Amino acid sequence: MEHIHTIEAEHHEGGGTKEIWKVTIILSVLTIIELALGFWMMGMPLESSLRLAVKGAIVILMLAKAFYIVAYFMHLKHEIKNLIMTIVVPLALFIWFITAFLFDGNSFRHLRNTYDPHFKEQSTIKVEKKEEKKEETKTETKEAKPEERKTVE
Amino acid sequence: MSTATTVTPTKMWSGGKSPFNVEYGKLMMWYFLMSDAFTFGAFLISYGTIRFSTNGWPDPNEVFRSFPFAPEGVHAPLVFVSVMTFILIISSVTMVLAVHAGHNMDKKGVVRNLILTIIGGILFLSCQAWEWNHLHAEGAWWGHNPFLNHDGTASSTNFTNYFFTITGFHGFHVFSGVIINIIMLIMTLTDKFEKRGHYLMIEKAGLYWHFVDLVWVFVFTCFYLI
Repeated sequence: MEHIHTIEAEHHEGGGTKEIWKVTIILSVLTIIELALGFWMMGMPLESSLRLAVKGAIVILMLAKAFYIVAYFMHLKHEIKNLIMTIVVPLALFIWFITAFLFDGNSFRHLRNTYDPHFKEQSTIKVEKKEEKKEETKTETKEAKPEERKTVE
Repeated sequence: MSTATTVTPTKMWSGGKSPFNVEYGKLMMWYFLMSDAFTFGAFLISYGTIRFSTNGWPDPNEVFRSFPFAPEGVHAPLVFVSVMTFILIISSVTMVLAVHAGHNMDKKGVVRNLILTIIGGILFLSCQAWEWNHLHAEGAWWGHNPFLNHDGTASSTNFTNYFFTITGFHGFHVFSGVIINIIMLIMTLTDKFEKRGHYLMIEKAGLYWHFVDLVWVFVFTCFYLI
């Protein structure tokens, strides 16, 4: 029973509404930067390395936002080290998880592009009636309900 | 009773003290969220793997370009989703404020902030319902993908399958979060926590709600931005 008292004594460390508002502002600013980068990225050519760099920057900002939410909103930063470790250490598995699977996907694409001519060919054929199709869907959504659309297809 | 900070780590584990210095329910909430993080992680990483293994992918700025009440065919990429993101961030802030008010045994503050959080959650769900409905009207659904790849080539249904599965799973989390918050609101209004002497239950609901916001940070980045 005695540890319940320690909980209440500990909890008033850190935090306060001042910190909450500070973190709110940080999160909003990070989101606005992300969106600005997103808008900037729209005009870039598809395979450019600048586009890749912007995507990397967005991912870093995303991780920063995640840190602020977990550390301050979920209060993890003000917990004791034992608790922080029991949460954060297992999550380190994600480093392997993400690296391994993305590399795997990428390697599969390379293999197919090299050894599967059909796959390669399939991904170079452009759908021709792009403009017409767009107009079609526009008029369809105006006139037809989704159920009727299926019969059109 | 701030002895917990002064003792050495070996003494933390020798009995008589809570080694994590939180109550049981909160620790279990953390473990549940960790398992949930792996579930969402598995979804998003599988999405990433499939995206890396195909040559083309639809341009999110072409797919998510509409806005409610805007004329058909309007080109407003990222606008609607940023509204949704800010709704969720603000509802997360009001949730922290509710938890904070709970610490100070301020019943009025808890009630006010919980109501704001619930409103935020419902707003987010409505936005998502509108977006799903709009995409469905355009012909997108599980197994149907009307959108072309970025480079004008035909796209597979992987894009819509992942989009609807992952945002649907997240939306379901938001929905259950709203339900949990409504239960917390009822318990506060009936003075359950006042009688108990603490508002620790609000903290557990708060952890869940922040987790929902956290997942949206990742979903938003993976589907709409990059």
